[in-house]
Amino acid sequence: MSKGTVVVGMSGGVDSSVAAYLLKKEGYDVIGVTMQIWQDDYNEENRKGEGCCGITAVDDARRVADRIGIPYYVMNFKEEFKKNVIDYFLSEYQCGRTPNPCIACNRYVKWEALLKRSLEIGADYIATGHYARVEQLANGRFAVRNSVTAKKDQTYALYNLTQEQLRRTLMPIGAYTKEQTRQIAKEAGLMVASKPDSQDICFIPDNDYAGFIEEQTKEKSRPGNFVDKDGNILGTHKGITHYTVGQRKGLNLSMGHPVFVTEIRPDTNEVVIGENKDVFTNRLVAGNINYMSIADFEGEYRTFAKIRYNHGGAWCVLHKLSDGRVECIFDEPVRAVTPGQAVVFYDGEYVMGGGTILE
Amino acid sequence: MIYLDNAATTQVRNEVVDAMIPYFHDKFGNPSSLYELASENKNAINQAREVIAKTIGADSNEIFFTSGGTESDNWALRNAAENYGEKGRHIITSRIEHHAVLHTCEYLSKKGFEITYVNVDEYGMIRLNELRNAIRKDTILISVMFANNEIGSIQPVGEIGRIARQAGVLFHTDAVQAYCHVPIDVKEMNIDFLSASGHKIRGPKGVGFLYVRNKIKLSPMIFGGSQERKMRAGTENVPGIIGLSTAAKLENANLIKRANRESRARDYLIERIMREIPFTRLNGHRYNRLPGNASFSFQYVDGESLLVMLDMEGICASSGSACTSGSLEPSHVLRAVGLSDEVAYGTLRLTISEDTTREEIDKTVDTVKKIVSELRSKSEEYNNMLQKYRRCRMNNGR
Repeated sequence: MSKGTVVVGMSGGVDSSVAAYLLKKEGYDVIGVTMQIWQDDYNEENRKGEGCCGITAVDDARRVADRIGIPYYVMNFKEEFKKNVIDYFLSEYQCGRTPNPCIACNRYVKWEALLKRSLEIGADYIATGHYARVEQLANGRFAVRNSVTAKKDQTYALYNLTQEQLRRTLMPIGAYTKEQTRQIAKEAGLMVASKPDSQDICFIPDNDYAGFIEEQTKEKSRPGNFVDKDGNILGTHKGITHYTVGQRKGLNLSMGHPVFVTEIRPDTNEVVIGENKDVFTNRLVAGNINYMSIADFEGEYRTFAKIRYNHGGAWCVLHKLSDGRVECIFDEPVRAVTPGQAVVFYDGEYVMGGGTILE
Repeated sequence: MIYLDNAATTQVRNEVVDAMIPYFHDKFGNPSSLYELASENKNAINQAREVIAKTIGADSNEIFFTSGGTESDNWALRNAAENYGEKGRHIITSRIEHHAVLHTCEYLSKKGFEITYVNVDEYGMIRLNELRNAIRKDTILISVMFANNEIGSIQPVGEIGRIARQAGVLFHTDAVQAYCHVPIDVKEMNIDFLSASGHKIRGPKGVGFLYVRNKIKLSPMIFGGSQERKMRAGTENVPGIIGLSTAAKLENANLIKRANRESRARDYLIERIMREIPFTRLNGHRYNRLPGNASFSFQYVDGESLLVMLDMEGICASSGSACTSGSLEPSHVLRAVGLSDEVAYGTLRLTISEDTTREEIDKTVDTVKKIVSELRSKSEEYNNMLQKYRRCRMNNGR
């Protein structure tokens, strides 16, 4: 008997291919879907390679679906992606913050939009190839649990999923390591077994963020001043969208010692420069908090926090502020707290919640 | 499986396959060679050319075989630009052309040609007055499709041809959807270039033709050998050409009878859908449309979900605007006839063939009806609308 119908978001890569394969083996009715989210008609030569949005991705996913023996469709999510990811990405950079588009994409496109469409066509669940697990806790809530392999853990970008979304989510490869996943793909005869991992931001394959922002907004970057914390002018920067807090490379300042971006001030078009020690702080404030393993907390809450995707994490205590904002005091100062990025809180192996760093 | 996507492509007729097969086996020779095995093939191609010419009232030396409709469109437009560019650099086309024409126009506009896009009315019929007024001294070409691939509207091609001829402007028509589905006479209709394709008329894919009226200057599409009178070099696709001409002959012979039969089935389909599914719009002209084409926009429905669910029920249909990946975009055609993106997203194109049965149509309508109501029951906008309506009724009752 079928365990239910599940739509698997297939990128053409090895992880989502194996996810589809495993679910089919477990007895689900599986439907493969590739979400078309970002495909520039006139720029295809730039993007036909790897990553999750290329033309070849569709061909790969279709081939895998055929091999596994599941129906497969390409669905259009360009509008949702443009609105929730690209527009957000652009406006955050223009406000001097450093956004994480993958988090927005997960919450609003990969989950909200895909789940809606999937339920519409009669599915019970959606599934992805993330290295993470979804579990229901003793308190009845659903939470993302880290992958068995810390190396590939992808829980950070999933903190913002709602309870309703998690209730309908399967992540079958969270129980495996990347090597095991490749092995499963190989044994199942999925031709994507050796495809390289996708990197960085899928809609900017050349990593030229500032160039992308200029092209999309049709606005040239506005040069301004590099200043120190006392307001002394140190040089000219290329425009605030070129910089992020903690950045050292590409500043073209010769100060006789290493210097770093410590702050970005969009209102005065200034980029503040300091020494390494200036990049450390023991406090941040986060907003738009999404609680996952707990419904909320009162007073203080001790937790382990990651302030960016590849951050090792640090212990801290949370305090409630007004408007649902949260102040986070770290035991030891952490490097490069970056407004716009997410801070994600962990209770052991489970995501407790997270929010957007405001200051 | 019920196949209702005959505007995308058609099943090749058995007679066509049978006619093609010898050209893979016994008759495999290269038509340009000297020996008999080859020269027979040269003859076969020229006979095919005559067959094709007759179907549109052309001379056989006005027919050039190509790889299909897209190549023919490209060739006609680029040729006009190249050979008549000195006379003027203005081209007129419509807003509902196929991308084979539109993207060629975009290319030409980058090369310094000015393109005027004439609007269509809500039924997808070109605005003739606007077309007339768009003609200038430096206009060299009018390119308007014979019938639209998405919404099926058949353009007043004879009228456009007359306008063009009187103004001394060349006239190209993309007849990929119309060829062998509606009667065409290039002389009577004053057509200078006409594009057609094999796989829309139950012939093979990868072959088509361009009709070019005699006395019109023509430059080669492909350089190389002397095939197609040096205009389209490369060893001929002999099986394809034989397949195309066989299909054309068969499809043209019973065109009127078939069109009548398909039109009746189409009208039955349209009537049932329009009567049984509320908040539905028929796209295209009610009568002046391709015999096999029916296009609907269902409000409060996501067309992509509808197509997927139809597929799960074994019904092949499309939105009328398949992009490269088979995905859905609000198309330029639906926009041109005035649909909002929201409504355009809920579009379903059903294109029938002469083999489509009454039972298949009934099953399809029943299934569409069921899916549309399922999707609407999950639609927030739809439920909001219903609630508003209920409130109105309650207020009226008071």
